[in-house]
Amino acid sequence: MEPVVSVHGLRKRYGQVDAVAGIDLEVQRGEIFAFLGPNGAGKTTTVEILEGFRTRTSGEVSVLGIDPAHGDAAWRNRVGAVLQESNAEPGLTVRESLQLYSGYYLEPRDIDATIALVGLEEKAETMAPQLSGGQRRRLDVALALIGDPELIFLDEPTTGFDPSARRTAWHVIDGLRELGKTVFLTTHYMDEAEQLADRIAVIAGGQIVAEGTPGTLGGRNRMAATIRFTLPEGTAADDLPAELRALLAGEDGRVTLTSQSPLAHVGALAEWARGRGIDLPDLDVRRPTLEDVYLELTRSEA
Amino acid sequence: MILLIRWLLRRRRERRAGEPAGAGPTAASRGRLALVLHQAFYDLRGFLRNRQGRFFTLVLPLLFLVIFVAVFGNNKVGPGNLPARIYYVPGISALAVIAASFVNLVISITVLREEGILKRRRATPVPAWVLIAGRTLMSIAVSLVSMVVLMLVGRFAYGVRLPTRTIPGVAMTAILGSISFCALAYAFSTAIENEDAAQPMVQAVMLPLYFISGVFIPAVTLPNWLRHVAQVFPVQHLSHGLHHAFAPATTGIGIVWSDLGVLALWGAIGLAVALFRFSWLPKAATG
Repeated sequence: MEPVVSVHGLRKRYGQVDAVAGIDLEVQRGEIFAFLGPNGAGKTTTVEILEGFRTRTSGEVSVLGIDPAHGDAAWRNRVGAVLQESNAEPGLTVRESLQLYSGYYLEPRDIDATIALVGLEEKAETMAPQLSGGQRRRLDVALALIGDPELIFLDEPTTGFDPSARRTAWHVIDGLRELGKTVFLTTHYMDEAEQLADRIAVIAGGQIVAEGTPGTLGGRNRMAATIRFTLPEGTAADDLPAELRALLAGEDGRVTLTSQSPLAHVGALAEWARGRGIDLPDLDVRRPTLEDVYLELTRSEA
Repeated sequence: MILLIRWLLRRRRERRAGEPAGAGPTAASRGRLALVLHQAFYDLRGFLRNRQGRFFTLVLPLLFLVIFVAVFGNNKVGPGNLPARIYYVPGISALAVIAASFVNLVISITVLREEGILKRRRATPVPAWVLIAGRTLMSIAVSLVSMVVLMLVGRFAYGVRLPTRTIPGVAMTAILGSISFCALAYAFSTAIENEDAAQPMVQAVMLPLYFISGVFIPAVTLPNWLRHVAQVFPVQHLSHGLHHAFAPATTGIGIVWSDLGVLALWGAIGLAVALFRFSWLPKAATG
């Protein structure tokens, strides 16, 4: 099947700087795709090219089979966009805002059902500018959904939210999956990408530095685990069996081992400790978190 | 007047409440005109809920009329030695048209642009010209309503009678003036960097023009050179066109073709600048 979004060698140059330095992307139908990267990495520039708001310097871009630079009304009928910065319609209630936007489309979704989808039933008659930040963002999602698009762009949908507003927003975005929508999400929150996305591409300095599922991004599934513990007094790292000594990565009060097969090595460690009659109460085994991977991937940008 | 519009809106809402939700074809599927009216209706609703917009557009012109007539109403003005109250009804009417078509429009489109609302609307299938036509239509309607209110107050409170035969002249001058000032508003908004600058910049341009264009002060009392300066700008021609239609000595339907010509020319310049420079995206855009 033809991908919903397909990008080859996309480049956007501002003066002497490549904000986007030749990226390739593909997003499949029904997928929630996260475009993850620090501020200024080129996320918004890319998404605004895909939305048809910006021109590109070079490269090939196709969104629903159309070049967004020449997207017409028929194309806009099939694409929804939640922009990074857009305020509420002044002087209109939540319902009226949706009535205004639904008039723009040929076959819009039902207004009440859309209000319910973003959880604003109780605010339907409230003036849109009086909503809280999180509620306003959900109204934005409703406005992007009202035309019943196949593809929705969400540009940093939860930036600046408190934790409970983020949870609610995530719930709404997750609900788009059930509607069968394709979602293109940009974010600089690693946990947001991990929570929502089927697939993640990490962008840094205008280039894609890694791509994968939340579980495999950056080779995370193949990365070594760390085993850490504190030895009791009178015992030193040198006393460990040779098999474990070979894994020694550091000793600063706590011993750190890096292991490709943590189960076998923890077993060996346990056997050795039991033989000497000691316990290791602060033993911990840790796989790298997505955050570790992300920080590693984007380190040069920090 | 506001009450009347509110009543109309309420009636429409009640009629709609009877229909099942989502029933019937959408504005977009009923054609271009339906879509323009749809946009104008929601723009008008938003405008009527904006206290500041209502005050500057509908209340302030009325206040000006009352104050100027109270202070200068019995002075005699011009070659015809007319009482000044006959002078102020058309003069302040010109101000009312400009307040709705230019001042309010510049401020509102700057706000909509800077808050990303125009950009979001452009992400939908609605054609750009529908957004412009809808808001322009709303501004013209508000201009005319505001002007009619001033004329009614002039008629019944001050006995300033508009000659029936010049009604076409007044209507044409007001409508053309309103269209031209709307076009100028779209052009002028491109020079404004942010929302806070809109109101001061608009007033900085308009206040001096009101003074030299026969809106606040009868043009006959101004020095010649100042009148020549004023004649370059559209405010003078809107104000003069309306004064002419109100003057009891006027014969015919009250149209001053040269004034209409200058207004149309300014409108065309505004349109050209707007087409060339208007942007839907915030100027203070990030990244």
